Amino acid sequence: MTDIAAATQAPRRNRFLSSVAGFARQQPVGAVSLFIILAMLFASIFASWVAPYHPLDTDFMAILTAPSWEHLAGTDTFGRDVFSRLIHGARTALVIGITASLLGCTAGALLGAASAYFGGRIDAVIQRIVDLLLSFPLVVLALVIAAVIGRQLVFGIDMGLVLAIAIPIVPQVSRVIRASALSVRSMAYIDAARVAGYSHTRIILRHMAPNLVAPFLIMVTAYVAQAILLEASLSFLGLGVVEPTPAWGLMLSGNATDYFISAPWLIIFPGLAISIAVIAFNLFGDALRDWLDPKFTT
Amino acid sequence: MLSYVVRRILMMIPTLLGVAIITFFILRVVPGDIVEVKMRGDGAIVSVEAIEAERKRLGLDQPLGTQFVNWMTGLVTFDFGNSMWTGRPVIQEIAGRFALTFQTAILATLFAVLVAVPLGTVSALWRGSWIDYTMRLVTMGGLALPTFWVGLLLLMGLLWAFNWLPPLTFTPFFSDPMKNLSQLIWPAMVVGYRFASVLARLIRSSLLEILGEDFIRTARAKGASERRVIGLHALSNALLPAITVVGLEFAFLIGGLVVTEQVFNLNGLGKLFIQAIKNNDYTMIQGMVMMFAAIYVVANLVVDLLYAAIDPRVRYR
Repeated sequence: MTDIAAATQAPRRNRFLSSVAGFARQQPVGAVSLFIILAMLFASIFASWVAPYHPLDTDFMAILTAPSWEHLAGTDTFGRDVFSRLIHGARTALVIGITASLLGCTAGALLGAASAYFGGRIDAVIQRIVDLLLSFPLVVLALVIAAVIGRQLVFGIDMGLVLAIAIPIVPQVSRVIRASALSVRSMAYIDAARVAGYSHTRIILRHMAPNLVAPFLIMVTAYVAQAILLEASLSFLGLGVVEPTPAWGLMLSGNATDYFISAPWLIIFPGLAISIAVIAFNLFGDALRDWLDPKFTT
Repeated sequence: MLSYVVRRILMMIPTLLGVAIITFFILRVVPGDIVEVKMRGDGAIVSVEAIEAERKRLGLDQPLGTQFVNWMTGLVTFDFGNSMWTGRPVIQEIAGRFALTFQTAILATLFAVLVAVPLGTVSALWRGSWIDYTMRLVTMGGLALPTFWVGLLLLMGLLWAFNWLPPLTFTPFFSDPMKNLSQLIWPAMVVGYRFASVLARLIRSSLLEILGEDFIRTARAKGASERRVIGLHALSNALLPAITVVGLEFAFLIGGLVVTEQVFNLNGLGKLFIQAIKNNDYTMIQGMVMMFAAIYVVANLVVDLLYAAIDPRVRYR
């Protein structure tokens, strides 16, 4: 019994490992960016252990000290350790970025799949609304939604901010998924399922969705990068994450310009953190796309 | 042609009406009410009667339907109402800042086109060379680096290198071009970097696609010079999709300069929009959103018409 279990378990794990190895061999850039993403995830989950200081601890004896071995990225105007704040900021960026991207992409994918499945008038109406939403710059849409919803804390996450980032993503994702879904819809097995009398919900979720997983995963990764960028921009504008929560965009807002000469590390490091995170997710998304679905283009 | 243009202009009406309905009703769901923010914002104690009176003055005590109809009738005559915060006409507040944002958007577009067209072309022609790799690396940065950070770095660089920062007050271009450019060229370059990255990548991939087409082989086979093949046959086709991107990105810049204006402390439309959002200034937000939508719709029309004028394959329907 146990032998059988072991025998069926072993190849599965090997398959997983070998597919990871295959990904690394085919997409070395993607593997490196995956490694950076995993490192950031690790640092943000264990932020309290990884960060040398508490992100909110002020040390008035060490205000605006330059980077040194004691403070790797220097300290800010309150004597808080910038490196520790960057690590805790990774948590903010990843939690908001991943939640917003998952939410927006899921809603967009469902909308796109439904639009393609029903076709006709429903499709036309959904597409007109999508057109409307697409006629605004991302930031403008996000700002209006952020203002409408306001701050809504759920488990310490500002869901208002998450929605403000997720909703502008929905129309963009729905466009791409709709295109893929249209080709899936024309498959014979969808007609077969309809003839068999299955409900619309069942056909969309059980028959179409599995065939849209590849484009969906690609979109989710790509939009995490967009979401992180948007969160940083909103926080920079003072309409995203609020003090004292450490967030990368917030660290650059306010009177950062006063420290161009006296404390340039306050400007260089947070921006570098945002850039590395965004580049890593962008490159991983590209690699995932080439690996999962060479034909798929966004 | 004329009937096509007229039809397209008429089609703009339902789009703008949709935008108007959505923005108006979404904003009324806002829990914070402008009168509360305005009068009690700094912790002042204000009587309920005073608040009611102010609501009445701003017309907020009327039913939503009436408010909407009033606003719409105003819109038709280009009366966007008065700002609920400053009391000045919305259109006046916008007009006072339009020049700055519009000019920055134009400069950024110019910068992007001047950089992206040669860059995209060169990197497609020498695909896989070091030029191509450098270009892809630089444009990757354009898409990933946050614009506000690039802006801050640029300001810091200027301060370090020349001990100089751009002037903070806006000078109209025609009264003193040098002073005007010395202020706006920097934000335009920062936004232009991102814009150029999008554009250069697009031109590269569309040129690569065109170069594989049969008619390019035919042109080469009949002995046309490489210069003629690239310049006349390939580029003119590859640049067509770029027109769409340039037009729509330009329209997006009018509203999308929000972050950049904050970095360079420019008093443009973006700053006005942020203030309106922070103050829950309904009429101002509505008016600006309508304006952004209208600019996008017009840009879309211009792009389509340009397309039809340039590309003989496009037919007016």
